[in-house]
Amino acid sequence: MSTAILCQDLRKSYDGKLEAVRGLNLEIQSGECFGLLGPNGAGKTTTIEILEGLLSPSSGKVTVLGRTWQREERELRERLGISLQETRLSEKLTVRETLELFASFYRRPRATGEVLAELQLQEKADAWVGKLSGGQRQRLAVATALVGNPEILFLDEPTTGLDPQSRRQLWDIVRDFQKQGGTILLTTHYMDEAERLCDRLAIMDHGQVITEGTPAELIAKLGGNHVIEFAVSENGSKIPMERWRGLPGVESVWPEDGLISLNVREPHLTIPVLLDAVASQGAKLQHLTTRQASLEDVFVRLTGRHLREN
Amino acid sequence: MAVSQPVVIPPSSKAAPPVRQNGRWSGYAHLLAARMKEMRREPEVIFWVFVFPLLLAIGLGIAFREKPANTTSIAIVAGPQAQNALDLLHRSAQSSAIHADVVPLQQAEQAFRLGKYDLLVQPDDHGGFQYRYDPARPESVLSRNEVDDALQNAAGRKNPLSTSSVVSNKPGARYIDFLIPGLLGMNIMNAAMWGIGFALVDMRQRKLLKRFVGTPMRRSDFMLALASSRLLLMIIEVAILLGAGILIFHMEVLGSWLTILLISAIGAIAFSGVGLLTACRAQKIETASGLINVVMMPMWILSGVFFSYARFPAVCQPFLKALPLTALNDALRATILQGSSLASQADRILVMVIWGGVSFVLAVRWFRWT
Ligand SMILES: Nc1ncnc2c1ncn2[C@@H]1O[C@H](COP(=O)(O)OP(=O)(O)O)[C@@H](O)[C@H]1O
Ligand SMILES: [Mg+2]
Repeated sequence: MSTAILCQDLRKSYDGKLEAVRGLNLEIQSGECFGLLGPNGAGKTTTIEILEGLLSPSSGKVTVLGRTWQREERELRERLGISLQETRLSEKLTVRETLELFASFYRRPRATGEVLAELQLQEKADAWVGKLSGGQRQRLAVATALVGNPEILFLDEPTTGLDPQSRRQLWDIVRDFQKQGGTILLTTHYMDEAERLCDRLAIMDHGQVITEGTPAELIAKLGGNHVIEFAVSENGSKIPMERWRGLPGVESVWPEDGLISLNVREPHLTIPVLLDAVASQGAKLQHLTTRQASLEDVFVRLTGRHLREN
Repeated sequence: MAVSQPVVIPPSSKAAPPVRQNGRWSGYAHLLAARMKEMRREPEVIFWVFVFPLLLAIGLGIAFREKPANTTSIAIVAGPQAQNALDLLHRSAQSSAIHADVVPLQQAEQAFRLGKYDLLVQPDDHGGFQYRYDPARPESVLSRNEVDDALQNAAGRKNPLSTSSVVSNKPGARYIDFLIPGLLGMNIMNAAMWGIGFALVDMRQRKLLKRFVGTPMRRSDFMLALASSRLLLMIIEVAILLGAGILIFHMEVLGSWLTILLISAIGAIAFSGVGLLTACRAQKIETASGLINVVMMPMWILSGVFFSYARFPAVCQPFLKALPLTALNDALRATILQGSSLASQADRILVMVIWGGVSFVLAVRWFRWT
């Protein structure tokens, strides 16, 4: 397997002060779907636009398909497809006209009718872009990226603001592209999207990668795949955290919104002991849930914050 | 036996999906077509580019049309002698050119202030008349002279010299003839500044410029397509405005249409350069509109669109002549009204080329696609 995108010690500061990206290293293989996951302002757009050759880095090295942007920009552009975080295509052109326009820029584009069919836009082919729904617009944006028959597809927050059905439609498009041998780099702040769609991902915060791996690996790094959340009555609130940390099977503990969260490997072993411990302090259990650990938990553990909070 | 043979599929048709191949100018052609379609579908563009200048020409042409006999309106202040004044005027040779009302003093003064009357005639106690006029209003001065002549001649004055006058308001010397080339120049400027400057900033704000740059599109093709769309539209603008001048106002075009189109094209390209410069960095369309208006508005007044810039003091003249719209208007007027050739207007062409060229070079250096 060859390397599709490689970047080393990437840095970018806007106006000389704010460092939006602070020393980023990524290696993305051909044929994989790689995700940059992080909250708003983490530096995802800055990173992906540098890799797309639309922004120049303050320092660091970028190679895409073994080439650099400085020397072989036009050649690279023929082989990449891009969808920006926010582009407002011309409202008074039809879907087909828009796609034909983008196709005309490439030496060997795909047939537009075929791309329209693939993205389920045939019915809207002769409608003005201004009349499309959010999901249809986003599919058209991806269509303009696919019409050049690219090897790598860059998607910046492709499903932000879309309804669940439109999101799933878009995921299918991405999977189809990957099945045909394409490489994908996408950014998202939805952990479910990253978890379902990406083979590997890097979690970003404050311009840095804080952890990297397959979704399963990242969750496994928490120590346990399960999370137990509980609350105890007033007289139990003085119990020190170390007490919970010491329970069998507990990998880590963190307090949150009046609840206590435990990362555990095997809930069926931990829960009975937990109940005993609460009872022995003369306290009462007021809340108890268990769930599968998610990437959200990974992020919370690493940063102390949630992905979606601003 | 009519058994159909199975169709032999050549091996090549089973290979990869049909790939189409684009030529060198495919991007340019599509960009130009897209731009023309977009403009055609935008009612505002149609209005500002085609309808508005036409309405302006028709409105101003009617407001300033030559009155049949150049009549003047005067008020005779009511009183015992008023009828005498009227009788004298009716008897005079100029009676058809003077419209007189008999009005009470106060009312007459007010109407005079508002411009309804050019002159007040107030009979005095000795059988004579007193004129009240405003020396700052040319028509008031003219009216005084005309009415004085009329009254004096009707009262029996004998002129020592025999004189006669001939009316001269042939096409080519009327206000509408002055106006239409000026409107054409202004329209070429407006359309180029908005069509290039505003359009670019709008596309930049919508991140469409950035999206285009993310494709193999040639940036020069994009700019060329934008400029070509401007020139195509300009041809229609020239045809509409001059057509209206000829059909509605019986204007005579003395110069060649080719020269007119060439001058218009040079003007359109020069103002496209200026438009590009105003748009080279602005991120918001509000900023762009402000800049465009700041650049254009002084020229609406200073460059002889609605009235001749010769009215400004002599020291200003070199500066006014160095403005691109002045050069364009002068060149259009000389060609349309006097039939001047392109070669005889090298100075005006040079002014436009310098403005366009310098703006273009700076714009390209400072231009931001993102
Ligand atoms: N053009 C810009 N000028 C100045 N600061 C910027 C610019 N673009 C982004 N930033 C800042 O850089 C940081 C990272 O932004 P961005 O890459 O857009 O993050 P994300 O896509 O993860 O939300 C943010 O703090 C943002 O405010
Ligand atoms: Mg972003």
